[in-house]
Amino acid sequence: MRLQRFAAVATATALAFGLTACGSKDSDGGSDAGAGSKSFAAGSTMERLNKAQSIKVGTKVDQPGFGLKGLSGKPEGFDVEVAKIIVKELGIPTDKIEFVETPSKVREDAIVNGTVDFVVATYTINDERKKRVAFAGPYYEAGQNILVKADDAGITGPDSFKDGTKKVCSVTGSTPAENIKKSVKDVATQVVLFDTYDKCITALDGGQVNAVTTDNVILLGYIAKNQGKYKLAGDNFTKEPYGIGVKLEDKDFRTFINDTLEKSFQDGSWKKAWDDTAGKFGAELGAAPAIDRY
Amino acid sequence: MSVIIDRFDVFAGGFWLTLQICVLAAIGALVLGAVVAVLRISPVPPLRAVGTAYVTVFRNMPLTVVMFFAAFALPALGSNADFLRIPVLDSVFTRLGTDLPYFRFALIALVLYTAAFVCEALRSGVNAVPAGQAEAARSLGMTFTQNLWHVVLPQSWKASVVPLGSVIIAMIKNSALVGFFGVVGDLSQTADQLTSAEGLAFVPVAIGVSIGYLIMTVPLGALLDRIERRQAVAAR
Repeated sequence: MRLQRFAAVATATALAFGLTACGSKDSDGGSDAGAGSKSFAAGSTMERLNKAQSIKVGTKVDQPGFGLKGLSGKPEGFDVEVAKIIVKELGIPTDKIEFVETPSKVREDAIVNGTVDFVVATYTINDERKKRVAFAGPYYEAGQNILVKADDAGITGPDSFKDGTKKVCSVTGSTPAENIKKSVKDVATQVVLFDTYDKCITALDGGQVNAVTTDNVILLGYIAKNQGKYKLAGDNFTKEPYGIGVKLEDKDFRTFINDTLEKSFQDGSWKKAWDDTAGKFGAELGAAPAIDRY
Repeated sequence: MSVIIDRFDVFAGGFWLTLQICVLAAIGALVLGAVVAVLRISPVPPLRAVGTAYVTVFRNMPLTVVMFFAAFALPALGSNADFLRIPVLDSVFTRLGTDLPYFRFALIALVLYTAAFVCEALRSGVNAVPAGQAEAARSLGMTFTQNLWHVVLPQSWKASVVPLGSVIIAMIKNSALVGFFGVVGDLSQTADQLTSAEGLAFVPVAIGVSIGYLIMTVPLGALLDRIERRQAVAAR
């Protein structure tokens, strides 16, 4: 904690010197790391958050490598680290972040209602969602893949479901579930949906389904947890750009986050965040995605 | 609110599937519950013990746990619940015609759980019949079965209708859990579908789902009220 705070202070101070004329006054190492040390356009979301010195960030708490709430009681993962990069840039100490659980079905509502200031929660950017919220990023490009038992050679990709015999499991209402429905012969018999991926894995173990499908990074988490038991069947067959959800009309905040992300791609903090979290599962980071300033 | 009208087909599909589950589960629970009730009031101690054990277990176990057992323990034990693939039902209820083990698992869980409450509702009715009635029947030389069938059950039925109805209404509401145990497209799951896959606002979708359940439960409640009133008149 102590060290983290120090890092936040140091970063904020360094940035303040670099960006603005009004230097840092809190060299005493106080907890108000960034208050006043950064200036943002009056009336902007950034200014409001910086003044308040507190922020609410929506994450998931059940995705290993991205946002997983363990016994420590705080979510950990790549999404959490990306959120910290942005919050630091706002001049707020990262221990002031309040993480709010935002499962898939409430993410839009949480942003629209202002329950959270932004959402970083393996949140795929798509046109449907762009109608209600705006996306900064992407900060990562995942892809949908298929998990099968290690000894299963019968499934090599989404086309393996076309003959109508094999069953696949995913999570209710998720993008991967919608995608795989296009590759099966009969949705009613071939697609099994639960509310969590854990149940899918149990169903796979029990032989009720032949495969589990979702974004590769989530599946890699399960492969890492159970050495040698499962494998991926083939390559990613979709592109899932993960974005950061903000309010639809808040263009300034979106631009700010985009700038911050681009900076983190360059200064190495983005890669470090990955190596400390999902990178441990052996997932590929690849090149930094191109920020989509739509 | 336009969500409900725009996506009416989704709500209607979910409603239809939930209705199928509820009708089948209600039939199963009433039959099984009646059997357990007879066990519980039978004069043979071991049978009574079986009935009591059944009610104690299933009345005190959360439905989610029962569902977990049905959906994950049965396959682990090697059963796909194929015994529920009854030929006639296949043609009546389209969903059963297809190979959907999770539909059958959900049905098993709902039936097992609800039967315990059905049993207790029936037993409360039996207890409402004055003991003299059964004793008089026995003194006339009736067997247990004759006694039950001709004297006790016809009278107890009246007293159990209302509690039975409450049990069935509770079961309809409980059926909302099946969507989280592998049954695709029931009413509760359509909410998840519409909000997380399509990003629709949660509140109108939740209202739409609630309306679906109210359509099933409110008329049932009204019907029970009528039956109760008619009985009150008849009893005078």
